[in-house]
Amino acid sequence: MQVSIEVNGEQRSDEVEPRLLLVHYLRDVCGLRAANVGCDTTSCGACTVLLGGESVKSCTVLAAQADGRSVTTTEGLGSAGEMHPVQRAFREEHALQCGFCTPGMVMASVALLDENPTPTESEVRSALEGNYCRCTGYHNIVRAVLRAAEAST
Amino acid sequence: MITAPFDYVRAESLAQVHELLAQHGDEAKLLAGGHSLLPMMKLRLAAPSILIDIARLPELSGVRVDGSDLVVGACTSHSRVAASELVLAEAPLLAHSAAQIADPQVRHRGTLGGSLAHADPAADLPMAVLALDAQLVLAGPAGTRTVAAAAFFQGFFDTAVQPDEVLTEIRVPRRPGIGWGYEKFTRRANDWAIVGVATVAGRIALANMGPQPLRARASEQALADGQPIADVAALAADGMSPAADMHATVEYREHLARVLTGRALEAAAA
Repeated sequence: MQVSIEVNGEQRSDEVEPRLLLVHYLRDVCGLRAANVGCDTTSCGACTVLLGGESVKSCTVLAAQADGRSVTTTEGLGSAGEMHPVQRAFREEHALQCGFCTPGMVMASVALLDENPTPTESEVRSALEGNYCRCTGYHNIVRAVLRAAEAST
Repeated sequence: MITAPFDYVRAESLAQVHELLAQHGDEAKLLAGGHSLLPMMKLRLAAPSILIDIARLPELSGVRVDGSDLVVGACTSHSRVAASELVLAEAPLLAHSAAQIADPQVRHRGTLGGSLAHADPAADLPMAVLALDAQLVLAGPAGTRTVAAAAFFQGFFDTAVQPDEVLTEIRVPRRPGIGWGYEKFTRRANDWAIVGVATVAGRIALANMGPQPLRARASEQALADGQPIADVAALAADGMSPAADMHATVEYREHLARVLTGRALEAAAA
């Protein structure tokens, strides 16, 4: 089937199998490898992207379901010379070790700050409930999100 | 994990959905948010040959008031139910229950109707609509019928929805300002309830105390008789036969049902 999806601001049209998952569409068809396949069971959040501005786990969305809509991945957040405020805060707070969960953490954080620009620490922790960091770097991740919120207000 | 192959149709009208259901029968599945169905398909526990995507039918989404009812479209996402000013005002237990499901990403995709039609006995919303005495509207090819939540859930992942029907609306009696209680016991963030309790307007519904969400009838009777909360809660597991599994023994589930029912009733009375 044919899908038309706006990916990081660029309108694309691709022939896909109906069973193609959005995360595989992004990685294998679009060549955007930021969204990772971690658990592949809607748990870990490493595949989080924005669909129509809302955070979703792209391992549990069909590319067909994104037809006619917009998708944003971590690649679409900043530019080569200028990182997105959330990316910058993740770097400043050293909010990553191995980095595997980071794109999902960043996208979930961007979605949170869009819905709630001034979250409390507790709200940040709740909002990242669906993103696992197995290096257990949560403290710095939470600090980074709070720092990004401060920087944006 | 990759699902078995299937055909995909994005429905443009309810009439088209009924045509496709008539044509494909058991081979067809309705797709809304897909957050129960797609994981099952990835594990190949389900392998429908055609998915009928109903998520973009405008008549199936949104929240409105109709007389004494709050009406929520079946394809309304958990995040919209949780954030809706109307739901928060008229049926706060429903908004709170929707906000307790999984995580924000899941709540952005999962839908009220999808969760109810899936009928997981451990899920938040089946228990909530049972406590709320909601009416569920089923649209068949010849017209619609309305089923009370108490008759909708019929067994383990089994509902009153017939193969040619679509769950379109959930109608909840409006009760602004009423006290309510909700308790869910889990070991980890995001887990399903080991036992859950929702209570409002004298009804008490339990999750994961049997093959389907169940009303705690003995407790409800004691509550109606004006007995103290401790005595009401002591009856919460009466007549129920919960399963034992890796999370809990039967006795532990019964204990949780009593303790959580007490907490939920205290919250509702506060």
